[in-house]
Amino acid sequence: MKFDTPATTNPIDQLKVIGKPTNRIEGPLKTTGTATYAYEHKNFAETQAYGYVVGSAIAKGKIASMNLDEARAAPGVLAIVTAANAGKLGKGDFNNAKLLGGPDIEHYHQAVALVVAETFEQARAAASLVRVEYTRDKGVYDLSATVDAAGKAPLLYGAPPETAVGDFASAFAAAPVQLDARYSTPDHSHAMMEPHASIATWEGDKLTLWTSNQMIAWSVGDVAKTLGLPKENVRLISPYIGGGFGGKLYVRADAILAALGAKAAKRPVKVALHRALMINNTTHRPATIQRIRLGATRDGKLTAIGHESWSGDIAGVKPEGAVMQTRLLYAGANRMTAMRMTAMNLAEGNDMRAPGEAPGLMALEIAMDEMAEKLGLDPVQFRILNDTQVDPEMPSRPFSQRQLNKCLQMGAERFGWAKRGKPGATRDGKWLVGLGVAAAFRNNLNTNSAARVRLSNAGIVTVETDMTDIGTGSYTIIAQTAAEMMGLPLDKVVVKLGDSAFPVSAGSGGQWGANSSTAGVYAACAKLREAAAQKLGLNPEDATFADGKVKAGRRSFALGDAAKDGELVAEDGIEFGKLAEEAQQSTFGAHFVEVGVDSATGEIRIRRMLAVCAAGRILNPKAARSQVIGGMTMGAGAALMEELAVDKRFGFFVNHDLAGYEVPVHADIPYQEVIFLDETDPSTSPMKAKGVGELGICGVAAAVANAVYNATGARVRNYPVTLDKFIDKLPEMT
Amino acid sequence: MKSFTYERVDTPAAATAAFARTRGARYIAGGTNLLDLMKLEIETPGHLIDISRLALDKIEPTSEGGLRIGAMVRNTDLASDARIRRDYGLVSRALVAGASGQLRNKATMGGNILQRTRCPYFYDTNQPCNKRQPGSGCAAIGGFNRILAVIGASDACIATQPSDVGVALRALDASVETVDVAGKTRAIPYADFYRAPGKTPHLETALTPGELITAVTLPKPVGGTHIYHKVRDRASYAFALISVGAVVQRDGTGRVALGGVAYKPWRIEAAEAELPRGAKAVTAKLLAGAKTTHENAYKLPLVERTLAGVLAQAKG
Ligand SMILES: Cc1cc2nc3c(=O)[nH]c(=O)nc-3n(C[C@H](O)[C@H](O)[C@H](O)COP(=O)(O)OP(=O)(O)OC[C@H]3O[C@@H](n4cnc5c(N)ncnc54)[C@H](O)[C@@H]3O)c2cc1C
Ligand code: SF4
Repeated sequence: MKFDTPATTNPIDQLKVIGKPTNRIEGPLKTTGTATYAYEHKNFAETQAYGYVVGSAIAKGKIASMNLDEARAAPGVLAIVTAANAGKLGKGDFNNAKLLGGPDIEHYHQAVALVVAETFEQARAAASLVRVEYTRDKGVYDLSATVDAAGKAPLLYGAPPETAVGDFASAFAAAPVQLDARYSTPDHSHAMMEPHASIATWEGDKLTLWTSNQMIAWSVGDVAKTLGLPKENVRLISPYIGGGFGGKLYVRADAILAALGAKAAKRPVKVALHRALMINNTTHRPATIQRIRLGATRDGKLTAIGHESWSGDIAGVKPEGAVMQTRLLYAGANRMTAMRMTAMNLAEGNDMRAPGEAPGLMALEIAMDEMAEKLGLDPVQFRILNDTQVDPEMPSRPFSQRQLNKCLQMGAERFGWAKRGKPGATRDGKWLVGLGVAAAFRNNLNTNSAARVRLSNAGIVTVETDMTDIGTGSYTIIAQTAAEMMGLPLDKVVVKLGDSAFPVSAGSGGQWGANSSTAGVYAACAKLREAAAQKLGLNPEDATFADGKVKAGRRSFALGDAAKDGELVAEDGIEFGKLAEEAQQSTFGAHFVEVGVDSATGEIRIRRMLAVCAAGRILNPKAARSQVIGGMTMGAGAALMEELAVDKRFGFFVNHDLAGYEVPVHADIPYQEVIFLDETDPSTSPMKAKGVGELGICGVAAAVANAVYNATGARVRNYPVTLDKFIDKLPEMT
Repeated sequence: MKSFTYERVDTPAAATAAFARTRGARYIAGGTNLLDLMKLEIETPGHLIDISRLALDKIEPTSEGGLRIGAMVRNTDLASDARIRRDYGLVSRALVAGASGQLRNKATMGGNILQRTRCPYFYDTNQPCNKRQPGSGCAAIGGFNRILAVIGASDACIATQPSDVGVALRALDASVETVDVAGKTRAIPYADFYRAPGKTPHLETALTPGELITAVTLPKPVGGTHIYHKVRDRASYAFALISVGAVVQRDGTGRVALGGVAYKPWRIEAAEAELPRGAKAVTAKLLAGAKTTHENAYKLPLVERTLAGVLAQAKG
């Protein structure tokens, strides 16, 4: 189904199932421990062996020698895979550093060997007997030292690294009110609960991988490419995923090494990456340094907006797109953005929840707060004053829908924003209390997505698509879509996901999954409706599907009757046309945060959080709320504690476990309120929905940082906002 | 993890005998620290002697009017004991500020004060660490050391001792009762329990090999207001950046011990004479001679301010 004109009225608009707060249909499996995650498949319990990954002890250099004798002789060891004995390996499209390193070492904890043994304990014990000598080369590990010499970044998903409109330099110089400030965001870990894990098994030259992966089709391609197999010989199965946040968009060492280990040991092999390997072996959100210059008239109109960002990565990887939202968020006639990059030798940086916007807004939305103060304007008003309904870099291009102002206004009212005091002026006992606001912004992306639907004579509809559910609720919204389309209750729909044997979907990434994958199911169901009507001798145009029945005029059948002579199968996908080029599709929100700061110690406690979101039709308000509060929680972490600490001498993330890399715990998170504006956007898909899974994190950290400023009068521009960065600015203790 | 053998013992004498009998043996109590370290091969005992069922799980009055806490008393049971809560509030508050409910259910009195540092380099066997591998160097000096020691450290090691309850025990003048492999018992003042790192940071306590902790004793209650303020980056389930344990009397005198600043809970009795003059005066004496890195220099003003907050709270 082509989608190249805006949607008109369609069966989804009935909203009998779609739009209702709905519990996850797979929830009971997860809460009873019967949803099988990658590492838990028992198909090969009798024959499976265990692989344990050995990570490089240095960040850059060479393996001088490797002695496997002791490890080979250890109890239970079946095989050891290294680059020297694995045969020729290719490299996937989505990773730059090799997934099995050696002799060259490209980053700390790059995999250099897999030890396969009868038991996990044996594999782990033998792994420590692999003797590796390295020669260490000098590497680049300190982003701040790269700024002066950094070069222009490469394209970011086709977007240019630099943009300019008008004459920024002159307009900024001439602006009566100016801000010129630098900000930094650290490297972040996805820190999802389930580690990267895979079980591999071969039948001849056909490989099956039970794995934990967000993007099945991409990953089939990369596994095939890395192992030199035809794609048809690779099957990926990933029905349940214990979180990904972008950390599982790509094939990682667990999958490739499980496959190689299984080949070497001639047994099914399972491999999981432990937490330290997750942090230094897999990907992370790269750190940024950002410079923001704003120029405004005295009455608060932005005339110049400049945003530059520096990031580093393994050579050949893309920049962190921290300036991307600045191209679209506020009006202003003269503007420039630039991304600069340096090749570095830390682990590979890559996408993490709202790549670009998340760190970009961490800086931009503090800058907006600072500028509002310089102008003597309320920060909510200042943002509203600089709203734009068109793409400011290309004013002929409108937004398909943009209700940022309404989010800000409604949020301000609901949150009691008017009560906000001057910086450092509000006290509650020993607590300094402050309020902060920030805009949330994240583009809506659409990706082609297909599905197969089957109708049984019992009137059960089964949906098959390689879409993944990374804990977001894909199972449920897909079931809701099929139920709405076919006129069935939810319990008459079965959803099967995450298998490369199914039609290729959008996958889970870039908050494109919900709208795209349900639109694909919509397309397949539209075909099934047609087939069912025809089978029943009804005119498809006239047939209505409701309450398990198909009706046209006075004729009525049970839906299952259409499959009386055998299962009806329909397959189709949504193919997105150019609507997203004609009008900018984005999602918007406003975050409001209240913090208390201990006036003695500087400890920060979030007291209240509110998000108001405008993100198209909300397919399942319950799941969407979970996504947004999860994003808010992650944003609180980014604001207050999350930082991969870089050892700038040895080149690795030192705090590579969940004791050192702190993420929020329950005690850090207060009541979170989420409001969705009642929206539909016909330009996005027949679902009229947009992404929401990443919007929730965008802007949160800045709202927290701004609240801390409002509480204390101390401005922190380097995340995370920890007490050591402002303790010397707190009021004297009396 | 290296393979190991295992036995369970019923009496302290059987424990020390087992230790004497086997090479490379370690006691295991709750196992919440030791097992983690074994998985990472930071500790590689060849034999484990399980002491978790020794009958040292009672809290009993001493003849001096204090309490004897058996080495196997679980952190949860200790924190909730009515006598502890009434007379030694600092102990209870420090305990519940640490770890999590599940961990405290397993963790024992003896194991808690022997838990090892949280220096991140100690946990990465690819990195030099004098404490883990004597003579290999100290990666934390010149590296990421935001959470490490500001006083009492050496050029060989700047690790901190992370126990929360240890701060309370130090402030309350506790002592540690032991029995060694020869069957000799002794009481070690908690003030003397930890060894300064010097050139040998791998030697952490006054215990001799195989010496078993049987109890920790608390002297007579000292009254006063007991406050434990643990400062950390998140609200719960994190080790202290610094902590202040204080007992403040009505007349403004009292006791102060610090966590998160040194290889042991840090207390200088002479500094306490300054308490009536306020936090600044106390801290100046308490942390005289501190040596900070650019990453952990914040701990000095943080101690002073936290102590000021604690004193304000004590005044009510
Ligand atoms: C995730 C996590 C968070 C934590 N957070 C905190 C925190 O915030 N604050 C805090 O204070 N602690 C914290 N801890 C540490 C916890 O308190 C200790 O792990 C626990 O107290 C150790 O007690 P155990 O009985 O389990 O010791 P074990 O692990 O059994 O033993 C520890 C050591 O003591 C030795 N040992 C044990 N008993 C005796 C004895 N009777 N005589 C001689 N030697 C003995 C063992 O041989 C071993 O070397 C945390 C731990 C974890 C895992
Ligand atoms: S501070 Fe001590 S524990 Fe940390 S690396 Fe140095 S020697 Fe090891």
